[in-house]
Amino acid sequence: MHEVTVGIGGAAGDGLDKSGDTLAKTAGRLGLHVYAYNSYQSIIRGGHIWLRVRIGQDKVYSHGDKLDVCVALNQDTLERHAGEVNAGGCITFNADKLKCDPSLVPADVQVLGVPMAQVTAEVAKEHGAIQPIMQNTVMMGVVMAVTEIDFSEAVEVVRETFAHKGDKIINLNLGLLKAGFDWAKANSKPVSKSWTFSRKRRPFCTGNEVIAIAAAAAGCKFYSAYPMTPASTILHWMANHAEEAGVCVKQAEDELAVVNMAIGAALGGVRSMCGTAGGGFALMTEAIGMAAIMEVPVVIVEVQRGGPSTGLPTKTEQADLNQVYGASQGEFPRLIVHPFDIADCFATTVEAFHLADKYQLPALIMSDLMLSEHPETVEPEVFRHDVEIDRGKRVTEWPAGTTFKRFTLATEDGVSPRTIPGTPNTIFTSGSDEHDERGILISDMFTNTAIRRKMMEKRMRKVEFMLKELTPPKLEGPADAELTLVGWGSTYGVIREVAALLTAEGIKTNYVIGKYLAPFHVKEWTELLGKCKKKISVEANFTSQFARHIKAETGVSMDAFVNKYDGEPLEPNWTIDRIKEIIAGKKVDLSVSEEDAKEIAYHYLRTHFAEKQRPAKAVLDSKNGKGEAIWRVELIERATGKKSGEMTVGADTGATYSYEPVLEPVKA
Amino acid sequence: MATVIELPLEAYKGPVDPDWCPGCGDFGVLRSLQTAAGKCGIQPHDLLVVSGIGCSSNLPGFIKAYGIHSLHGRSVPVATGAHLANTDMKTVITGGDGDGYGIGVGHFIHAMRRNLDVTYIVMDNQIYGLTTGQASPTTTRGHKTKSTPKGNAEIPLNPLALAITAGASFVARGFSGEPAQLQSLMQQAMQHKGFAIIDVFSPCVTYNKVNTYPWFKERVYKLEDENWDPSDPMESLKKSFEWGDKIPLGVLYKTEQVTYEDTEPVLQRGALVKQPIGVNAATMKQFVDEMC
Repeated sequence: MHEVTVGIGGAAGDGLDKSGDTLAKTAGRLGLHVYAYNSYQSIIRGGHIWLRVRIGQDKVYSHGDKLDVCVALNQDTLERHAGEVNAGGCITFNADKLKCDPSLVPADVQVLGVPMAQVTAEVAKEHGAIQPIMQNTVMMGVVMAVTEIDFSEAVEVVRETFAHKGDKIINLNLGLLKAGFDWAKANSKPVSKSWTFSRKRRPFCTGNEVIAIAAAAAGCKFYSAYPMTPASTILHWMANHAEEAGVCVKQAEDELAVVNMAIGAALGGVRSMCGTAGGGFALMTEAIGMAAIMEVPVVIVEVQRGGPSTGLPTKTEQADLNQVYGASQGEFPRLIVHPFDIADCFATTVEAFHLADKYQLPALIMSDLMLSEHPETVEPEVFRHDVEIDRGKRVTEWPAGTTFKRFTLATEDGVSPRTIPGTPNTIFTSGSDEHDERGILISDMFTNTAIRRKMMEKRMRKVEFMLKELTPPKLEGPADAELTLVGWGSTYGVIREVAALLTAEGIKTNYVIGKYLAPFHVKEWTELLGKCKKKISVEANFTSQFARHIKAETGVSMDAFVNKYDGEPLEPNWTIDRIKEIIAGKKVDLSVSEEDAKEIAYHYLRTHFAEKQRPAKAVLDSKNGKGEAIWRVELIERATGKKSGEMTVGADTGATYSYEPVLEPVKA
Repeated sequence: MATVIELPLEAYKGPVDPDWCPGCGDFGVLRSLQTAAGKCGIQPHDLLVVSGIGCSSNLPGFIKAYGIHSLHGRSVPVATGAHLANTDMKTVITGGDGDGYGIGVGHFIHAMRRNLDVTYIVMDNQIYGLTTGQASPTTTRGHKTKSTPKGNAEIPLNPLALAITAGASFVARGFSGEPAQLQSLMQQAMQHKGFAIIDVFSPCVTYNKVNTYPWFKERVYKLEDENWDPSDPMESLKKSFEWGDKIPLGVLYKTEQVTYEDTEPVLQRGALVKQPIGVNAATMKQFVDEMC
């Protein structure tokens, strides 16, 4: 497959997200496919940010785990990522500021140290001093050149990016882009073959943006939220487009208010949605049962991040299935659905509104940081304005003097026609207590077993009818596969890629992705899994929650499990290595890697020495009296490159045992 | 001003009779609300009564109006959503002191900050009644209850002072033993544009043997009898701390402020529920183009 992956690394505040956008948008406009992932930490300035942009002639389904171009905006990035570059690729950086130690460079990789002052001299003469952050534009020029991206398209994107800053800044940046591009053309060879540009413009967007747009298209009129990563960008999109989309957007005081406002708005008669992360959802749970017993259509988006508790706020995980499935006391029907990619976020959101209205129940859309925040190019046809909006069984007129039974039991599918407040002659009260057909509470009676039974049965009947409307699971890939990978939600792209790579290697592998979690296709899953040979669950969590869900529903067990719970997303080659270990019957190596030990050192140095030092190399030392092997991490001063100290990190536990500075020799 | 066609109290008679304890203050509150709604000429189907959980929160089931009997402490956000969805309805929130000033106090404060155009009636009996008599946020210090057998250690919350400082634009106190005044306060509150809070002394005859009808009768007086000027927030705040031998009833504070609804752009197109839904081709194209 013709593809190229560009990694851009720097500190928070270095402006690398803008650079990544420029590259991705340019590629997207040329008709190439783009998938990006940004690894970041929960700080606003400093730290490390690593953005990967994978560009393909055909659709790319994950950010992959290869690297063709490493753009280093700081020394850390060279240290951390230079070694990941494939043969034939390149490493590029500002040579006036950074040095790339030759020991970091893999074989057959070009080192493109940009002599920044010299390259920008002409531009500076014409436009004045170049701010450090503007040097990113030079680096983007270099990237465009080595990746064979059409320069004129990049010019248009840069022009638009800086349009709001006026001609002076636009021209300055265009000058810098060209300077970088020309320098690279003269001093490097391309890392990519030349592309075929269809120039079909594809929007470059995140799952959160697509959920928000789909909600607007589906007729959502009310959106409430409380800020929480990684759900906040739904709120941001909604707030920024409230008037065009006709949505009343409310940032509330907490998630209790958020969900209760959304339910209130739904009771008021509009399509209504709220969104949050796992922690916020934990606060919302009581109200979900209320929506169910009041039979209110409401859509709730639950975006998972690393848990438990505050957990890993900026990292991804699939560990909230148990929470969402178990949310709220009592038994009630609800929809739980997890879109499997960004395009699917659109269809899923529209469907969630449809089913919520049709079956008058809470529809819970699950997502995760990976799906909600990574951007990718999506076919523009996905964004339909003309989605069918059917508000379900409703009563708009009712004769005076006759009794309206809001919760009538005379219904096959359990759905009773509803009415909205303001309608004459259909007055009723929505109660969170159990109630009769008219909505009158039965909770104050001594007992009313008959009505209680009938109401439970009525509500629960919705489950079987709704299930019939949901698309059953489907096995993808060779039917006679020896391996079947089983996953759910956002890992679709990686699992798909893994199955294809394994099959290409001669290990025939197919896969199935769970999308509808409740109601669950028990019969279809049982049949489907019954046909599979070795079934491997692949999940970004510790306890294989989806595999457990399958087992609870069908009795079918998986044969083996791949679990990633370190906060970083599943990647194809990492997953393949785990699967091969399983096939070979090897135990998973859970020890602390050299890379892990260095990350621990990076953080220690950032918080104790203002990043004045960095880890250089790490050596494993087995005999040391600590009761475990340790990594001896050599530290050096960034300014001088001189050895400045040593840290020791447990290779088994990850414990930081010591930090020892190199003391200045005492002068005589 | 359009002519108001008043409705009789019977127009709001609910589908079932209240099952509060005989003598409960909440009967008077219900009756006053029905009378006030009638004086305002609000059609029962244009009235939305939202409550949480508690004895007093059963009120929506006892009045002929659209009702939401929601979760404990969540009446205010549920009402906020329902009201924003349909601003053509008159939204009244009802509940007790535990529901509104205890578990729901966060929502209470923020709704006042927003100056949402709704009326909030708190039936304040200074006790948890439905759970059989524990201390509530307004239980006086030293009061012995089931959960405070040695006397309540905490100072009671002052809902009126809280309301004035949080930004409510109509702050009043009523007493279910003074039905004529209470009915008038409710009428004024419903006609007020902005967040109106009425804290109503609504004695619990079963579990609060301290703050009884006679206890209040001896102490309360009417602000209107003293020609109280409710326009100065600092004077009103001072007045809100008057307690003990003399306790004021009436409109403590009143001001005209911009409401939340006034500032929400989408609501300028009319009630949300009556607006067109979805987006047209041009708008969708704009959304997609922004991301290209």
